[in-house]
Order: sequence, then structure tokens, then C-alpha cells
Amino acid sequence: MEPRTLFQKVWDEHVVVQEPDRPAVLYIDLQLIHEVTSPQAFTGLRERGLKVRRPDKTIATMDHSTPTLPKALWVIDDQAKAQLAQLESNCKEFGVELFPLGDSRNGIVHVIGPERGFTQPGKTIVCGDSHTSTHGAFGALAFGIGTSEVEHVLATQCLLQRKAKTLEVRVEGQLMPGVTAKDIILALCAEIGTGGGTGHVIEFNGSAIRGLDMEGRMTVCNMSIEAGARAGMIGPDETTFEYLKGRERVPQGADWDAAVERWSQLCTDEGAKFDKTVIIDANKLEPMITYGTNPGMGMQISEPMPTLESFDDFSQQAAFEKAMLYMDLEPGQPLLGKKIDVVFIGSCTNSRISDLRMAAGVFSGRKVADGVRTLVGPGSHDIKKQAESEGLDQIFKEAGAEWREPGCSMCIAMNGDNLEPGQYAVSTSNRNFEGRQGKGGRTFLASPLTAAAAAITGAVTDPRSLLLS
Amino acid sequence: MAKFTTLTSHAVPLPAENVDTDQIIPARFLKVTDKHGLGDSLFCDWRYLKDGSDNPDFVLNEAASQGAQILIAGNNFGSGSSREHAPWALVGWGFRAIISTGFADIFKSNSLKNGLLPVEVSADVYKALMEAVQLDRSTRITIDLPTQSVTGLDGLEATFPIDAFSKHCLLEGIDQLGYLLSFDEQITSYEQQRT
Repeated sequence: MEPRTLFQKVWDEHVVVQEPDRPAVLYIDLQLIHEVTSPQAFTGLRERGLKVRRPDKTIATMDHSTPTLPKALWVIDDQAKAQLAQLESNCKEFGVELFPLGDSRNGIVHVIGPERGFTQPGKTIVCGDSHTSTHGAFGALAFGIGTSEVEHVLATQCLLQRKAKTLEVRVEGQLMPGVTAKDIILALCAEIGTGGGTGHVIEFNGSAIRGLDMEGRMTVCNMSIEAGARAGMIGPDETTFEYLKGRERVPQGADWDAAVERWSQLCTDEGAKFDKTVIIDANKLEPMITYGTNPGMGMQISEPMPTLESFDDFSQQAAFEKAMLYMDLEPGQPLLGKKIDVVFIGSCTNSRISDLRMAAGVFSGRKVADGVRTLVGPGSHDIKKQAESEGLDQIFKEAGAEWREPGCSMCIAMNGDNLEPGQYAVSTSNRNFEGRQGKGGRTFLASPLTAAAAAITGAVTDPRSLLLS
Repeated sequence: MAKFTTLTSHAVPLPAENVDTDQIIPARFLKVTDKHGLGDSLFCDWRYLKDGSDNPDFVLNEAASQGAQILIAGNNFGSGSSREHAPWALVGWGFRAIISTGFADIFKSNSLKNGLLPVEVSADVYKALMEAVQLDRSTRITIDLPTQSVTGLDGLEATFPIDAFSKHCLLEGIDQLGYLLSFDEQITSYEQQRT
């Protein structure tokens, strides 16, 4: 047999039918549902008189439009209320397991999937959310879909798919202190742009990827979509198995051993060909930050911003000028020292326990700068509990940060957490699009270390200056 | 889904790259439980001023844009989130086709399921069409799906790619779920083999 990539192996395993000149009928092992992209799909089922084919392979949570204040302070507008109520009644009617708002198992969809062990190597996983790529960190083929496709999977447990090309991203070397998984993926976005991975599934490998824990790997795969790739994957290894072992929904006992043996076959074969390869030298990476209005507009934090002359293409120049105008920044100037108004630590990219520990390490014994609003949002109730048992919540609160309830929070700004027009934020989330964190708001994307450092100094800061002191 | 065969229309020029789905429709409009009525929120933050009135500088508000069914936009259109609300809003406004040099994967897939045709052309063809439309907003462009061709002024004609299945679905107005449901037997036997 021809040597195969990890992607090819998972793909082959899930093709139910492949007719000539037609997309493959691809079997889906797990669909994750949330309130925002599912109502119209359930309506479609009802209109056609269809059932959910496999409720046992479907899990629902509420995260996007949910408030992150304590329950006594919840303000949920009527539209969001109706949407949440509809998810609840849809799940009840169609027999789908739901982790509703307030439930101890509730959290951000891409945090609870892995945390509860639903996410497993070799699975095909979809969700009406582009950051479904997160689950690829486990060697799953996981990608975001639209609401029509949510309905397709609910009805048939399958999707019509054309096979993507493969892009290998090899990250070799060792990260310096202060440089994190987030900096790897921001560096990739800066290198290939937000359209660089279009039509491709990324496989991340190399010693720097192997050296990451599962949470770091999730951060990397999470933002594959920001480089244009629907999915990012990492071959499962001991780190993966160690993370999964004993989790609620993974096989137990003898079934666990059999699963690990099966999962161990999921690496890319020697000699397998990728359509494209990009190599990143981890030794040379520095903390990254974005300056513009898409995640590809990023740079090393110590660099000055580009100038018009940095781009040879007219349309890129126009995009750069438009971004600088929106961000109200001066081309060619450094970002270091730029005053900021808000810091957001959270989202499906960086709200896991290791992210919170990193941030708490910077906050410990320090105070948030005057006039800076800092929100820290754990990705799930499990993470919140864990953080509180370690006293991280106390560190954040004593520093003057707001310790919030789980949810998408200020990443998507449709739940009461948002920037005010004109404000600057350093954010650990994944998108710096115009208005993403609130109409007129301006976002600098960075790691939890860099975000925490900005909260302390009130300005864009190289986190290494605080780590050393 | 509405059938798509041939479309002739004037066009709206939007020469910006990487137009993301947060610009097409910001997240705060995603709290709906319906697909309809999103046309008013299309490009909301570019289209309206602070007081809610039309921004006269935004192309969609120009008299020449009214009634247009074709949007011409810069590379990597539709990047970002998976929200199908983006094509719902574009279709809700009245667009039936978008011409660009490239589309984000999920956006393209969502568009094809809503009778919104992504027409991918070379940089040269994009430039020629964009210039012609900007010069004369009444310029009419014809998009013919059976021959996969786009025709502008002065004999400008180019072809565009589309996979055979999506083309078939658009031409016939077939919705893909019907096709998927026809594989029920194979899906059942696949499930039995794997357990």
C-alpha cells in the first residue's frame, strides 16, 4: 500500500460511498452543536419530518450568546433567550444530550469536547463553528460546517465532501522562554496569510509540536482556520494518550488498550507526500502580536509595524492602509508601549488551565494597570473549578482582573462582553477582524503571557521583560 | 433551493481583500432562529452610520447598486467564521453571484447550498471586470452556469471552475440533503460494519 498521510488515513476510514464525479459521502463520528448555528437546522428536520439519525453521536452546549457574569447579574436579551430556549427544546424533542447554561459540564464547545473525552484520535468531528479545527490536535479530522451541513449530519450522520489537499507545517526546534503555542500559530498566519491554507488540511509536525502539551496543540490547531485551512491535525502520541486516559467518554479497561493500539497507527507514513510544506524555525520565534484587522497581519512583538513599501502588491497595500486606518496606527512605528484599554484572556483558543496558569504567573504579586479592564474567562466549569482549587482566581482578583464564568465572552461580543468603539485590546482570542470584539473595537491578538503583561503595564509589552524580573 | 442557470445584471464593486464573515454580517445579528430577513444587516458596520442612517460613502448605498445581483470583491472573500448567515444575508439583499479571485472554503460551501454562485476568476479577469464596473456602474455582466462562463464588456469572456455535482445541484435547484438521504442503506451497512 502507498504510504499515506494522517489525513488520508482518517479520510479513507470514513468514506461510505464514493461515486465518480460526485463528492464522497463521509461518515461523521461526532457532531457538536451550539445555540447560534443550529436552530435553522432543526427547523429543517422538522419541515421534512426527519429525525436525528444518531443522537448518541451528537452533543450540544450553550456558549456563544451566554452571559459570563454570575447568575444573579445575568442580562440576556430576548433574542438570545429565544435562541437558548430553542436549543433546549430542540435537544429535548430530538433526544440530543445538552450541557445547558449553568450546568456543571457546560463550557465552550471546543473546550468541553476534549475535556470530557468525546474528542478522540481518528474521529471525524464537525460543528457549526469554524474553530472545530481545535479537535485536530488529537489526530481527529475536525472542521467547521455551515447550518445546512449541520442539518445534513443530524439527518444522515454524513456529509458530502471533496477531499482537501494537504499542507505540512513542520515546526522544528525549541521554543524560547516566553514563546508559546499561540506564537507558533500567529507566526504561521503571518507567514502564509489568511488565505494561505485555503483548500488544504494542515498537518502540524516537527519537534516543537511534539514538545507541546495537548492544550498547546489545541491552540495551534484552533487557529488553522485563521490560515485558511478548514482543519489542522497532529498525529496522536503518548502525550495524547496520557491526556485522554480516564476521561469520562473514552474507552476504559481492555477497550482503552485496544483503542491506543489503533490510535498509534494514525501517524503519517514515512514517504507519504504532502501537496505543500512550510517550515518554521521554532528557535527563532519570538512572542507574536497582530497589528491589523486579520490574523495574518502579525509580527514579532519587538518589530516595528510594516510600511506601505513592505508590500509589493497593490491590493495588499490597500488592505494594509485600510487596516491602519481602522486601527488608527502609524505604519513603521513599534507597537511596544502602545497604550491599551482592555485585556481579554479566554476563548476556545486560550482558556484552558495551562493558559490560565501562564497568565496567573505574570499577574502573581502584581496589579493591573490603572484604567485597564481585564477579563479572564475559563473555557469550562471544570477549568474554572480547577483554577479555583489552585488559587488562580485569587491571583486574578487580587491583581484587579474580573474572574468570569465560562463562555465565548469577548471573543465574539454577542453576550454582553464587548469593547467600546475606539478601545484597544490585547486579546488571547483568535480574530482581530474589524468590530469582532465589539463595534469599533480594535484587537491585538497575542498569547496569554503577552496579554497578561499588557494588563500589568497598560501597554503592549514583551512578556519576557516581566518573566525575567 | 432556487435554480441557477444564467444571470445578467449590473454589479456592485467591493475592491477589498479578505472580506471576512464578521464584515458580511457581524456576530450580534446571529441571535436569530430564522434564515430570512438578514439582508438589512448585510455589511452592517460599513453600511450604516452611528445614528443608523445609510453611510453615503459605502458602495451598497449608491443608487447605481440598487437591484444588482452580482458582487465583485477582492481575494479570499468570506474568510473567517462558518456562519451560513453570511450567504443568507447576501442572498437576502438580492445577490445571486459573487465574482472574486478566491473564496474561503466554508463560505464557498455554504454559498453553493443557498443558490449563491461563487465565480472564481483569474487576477486579470477580476481586474478587467472591476475596472469596467467602476468606470460605468451600469455595465452588465452575464454569468452562464451551463457553459461556466462570465462575459463582460468588449467581448471579455472567461470561464470559471465549479465541481460537477454543485453545478448539477444549482442547475436543477436540487438540495443536497435529498441526495444524501438516498444513501440510507449504505450508511446503515457502514455503521453495522464498524460496530
